[in-house]
Amino acid sequence: MPRPNFDQIITANDLLEGDVVYFTAAATWSRDIQKAEVFSDEAIAQVRLIEAMAQTNIIVGAYLMPIQHTKDGHAPTHFREEFRTKGPSNYAHGKQEQTYV
Amino acid sequence: MYKYNDFDHAFVTSRNAQFREQVNRRISGALSEDEFKPLRLMNGLYLQLHAYMLRVAIPYGTLNSAQMRQLAMIADRWDKGYGHFTTRQNIQFNWPKLQDVPNILDALAEVEMHAIQTSGNTIRNVTADHFAGAAADEIADPRIYAELIRQWSTDHPEFQFLPRKFKVAVTGAKQDRAVIHAHDIGLQIVEQNGKPGMRIIIGGGLGRTPMIGKVIREFVAMDDILPYLESVVSVWNLLGRRDNKYKARIKITIHENGIDEFSRLVDERFALIRPSFQGFDQTLLSEISDAFDAPKFQRFDLSAFDKRYQGDPNFRSWVDTNISAHKQADYAIAAISLKSHGETPGDASSAQMRRIADLAKTYSHDELRISHEQNIVLPHVHKAHLPNIYDALRAIGLATANIGLISDIIACPGMDYCALATARSIPIAQDIATHFDALKLEHEIGPLKIKISGCINACGHHHVGHIGILGLDRAGVENYQITLGGDGTETPAIGERAGPGFCADEVIPAIERLIHFYMNERLAPSETFLECYRRLGLGPFKSALYETDQSKVRANAA
Ligand code: HEM
Ligand code: SF4
Repeated sequence: MPRPNFDQIITANDLLEGDVVYFTAAATWSRDIQKAEVFSDEAIAQVRLIEAMAQTNIIVGAYLMPIQHTKDGHAPTHFREEFRTKGPSNYAHGKQEQTYV
Repeated sequence: MYKYNDFDHAFVTSRNAQFREQVNRRISGALSEDEFKPLRLMNGLYLQLHAYMLRVAIPYGTLNSAQMRQLAMIADRWDKGYGHFTTRQNIQFNWPKLQDVPNILDALAEVEMHAIQTSGNTIRNVTADHFAGAAADEIADPRIYAELIRQWSTDHPEFQFLPRKFKVAVTGAKQDRAVIHAHDIGLQIVEQNGKPGMRIIIGGGLGRTPMIGKVIREFVAMDDILPYLESVVSVWNLLGRRDNKYKARIKITIHENGIDEFSRLVDERFALIRPSFQGFDQTLLSEISDAFDAPKFQRFDLSAFDKRYQGDPNFRSWVDTNISAHKQADYAIAAISLKSHGETPGDASSAQMRRIADLAKTYSHDELRISHEQNIVLPHVHKAHLPNIYDALRAIGLATANIGLISDIIACPGMDYCALATARSIPIAQDIATHFDALKLEHEIGPLKIKISGCINACGHHHVGHIGILGLDRAGVENYQITLGGDGTETPAIGERAGPGFCADEVIPAIERLIHFYMNERLAPSETFLECYRRLGLGPFKSALYETDQSKVRANAA
């Protein structure tokens, strides 16, 4: 279903580490959401998702997620994805330990 | 405590070796994720929001000090220095790396532990009353039967592909501390004409269709227990719905077929298989029961305890709140609260685990228990040692005197960790605990169980909380629905939904309105929240919950 005004990116979990990764324009995976390739066109997004999902030796469970554009770059629209960019709220573990936030 | 025999060792070793190969094949690409997922789940390995999670079974909640120390070692070496104790007497490590998991499993095997059947459609870790072997009100130690059931159910060839997960809990006491009415099978040791047997409760469960279990047999003799359980699981295995996972649990099977029909089928099956149980299980049982002999109790002078109890109000409060009656005179059961105000319910750091292991070794006959309420129990301590234990716990921030009170909250991992979550639960628990601690109200409020789940699966038992909180996603915002009057004990009840949910920052004021209403309404401080709720019913509590004008609530209450 085409979603006008809804840009998307591809995310997954890393096979070895289990942490959150994003699909880049170079068909590689980055821990940094800002490195993700942004799709405005649903058809292109679906083709890229198939490419991303084929990398089964690197990642688990790739899917498309909507983003919004903010002054700091693109950001998730849903709180679940926002938590995935940071880590849990009870300890400073996960991405917030590094510099990706 | 039960010790692995050669068979147990060989079994766990070979399963670990198999899993190591499966991990290697997944990494090499020989196994796809679809092929690997059921294999990793069989070994307790989940993939959550930010990382893998390994769930390790603590059979019937019993640990010795060497096991606790090994859990601390694993937390330091392969995780982030802590573990999360859960409502089903497991420990979860939230940050393992895939390649480390086979090494973690080997380290667990060194202390006779594993993660087998902590997930998947199998018979899960058998849980028991956390006061087992120590409680003053106990007929027999339920762990003997829990261990028998563990051996019978582990790798049982008929039960590796059940319609859904299957959870068993056992208690040896009238007072139900094991939530047996919310399990697929709940077992209660009872006596009939001086002979021990079991009362069998079946078809309880929480999740999206919460149900209180029903009694299928008032009494089954001990030598019929395994064949009877096997009959129940067999009948469900055939009858249970595999077309819809939301209808697959035994509670739905019984609901759809009726308890009478189900019971008739079980009897038929029982008549068929009973002859094949020719006493092997009873030989095994007597071997197992030797392993659970009561420790050799000792005598010590109590004057130092008495003096401290009289002279130190903090110590007295801890003793009055966290200590329960032991079957042996001058002994006590000491609960260590993993609910320090503002901390994550059920979490212990590796340093805390090691210190607790020391305390178990020195003062509790080398035994520890994990409670379904996510606390740790020193089951056999002499009262003379309570001052030392209290001081040691204070030094590591674990002397909070709040067992059974408003801040002793069960909370599932919620959206801070869990991939299925619809909202967070941990921050809500932290806020409630911190808020009521600041008001210094919790002892005045008295016994109160708040339980929080981060989605409809109800891992945080919210349906059986006096106040249950369920986190949902309402149009992209975390929203919390409140249920009232639930009870997970021998007077079980599923809480009633009070009405529309609250957003996160409205939850504390909402709970506060309920608490104020209760404190105004109770006949005496001895009338608990639950008793008061049962007397007045949902209506008045609901009005208080949704009443924003406090003066009106007070006027109504007056
Ligand atoms: C990765 C994390 C977890 C996942 C994926 C998960 C999954 C589930 C699911 C799907 C259900 C519903 C089962 C049904 O209704 O058929 C459930 C129920 C339950 N889980 Fe979890 N859970 C997780 C963590 C936990 C934790 C941390 C605990 C203990 C604190 C726990 C204890 C329970 C309990 C007590 C129930 C309800 C009893 C019942 O089975 O009816 N789970 N879980
Ligand atoms: S109740 Fe839901 S959010 Fe909480 S642990 Fe269970 S599945 Fe996860």
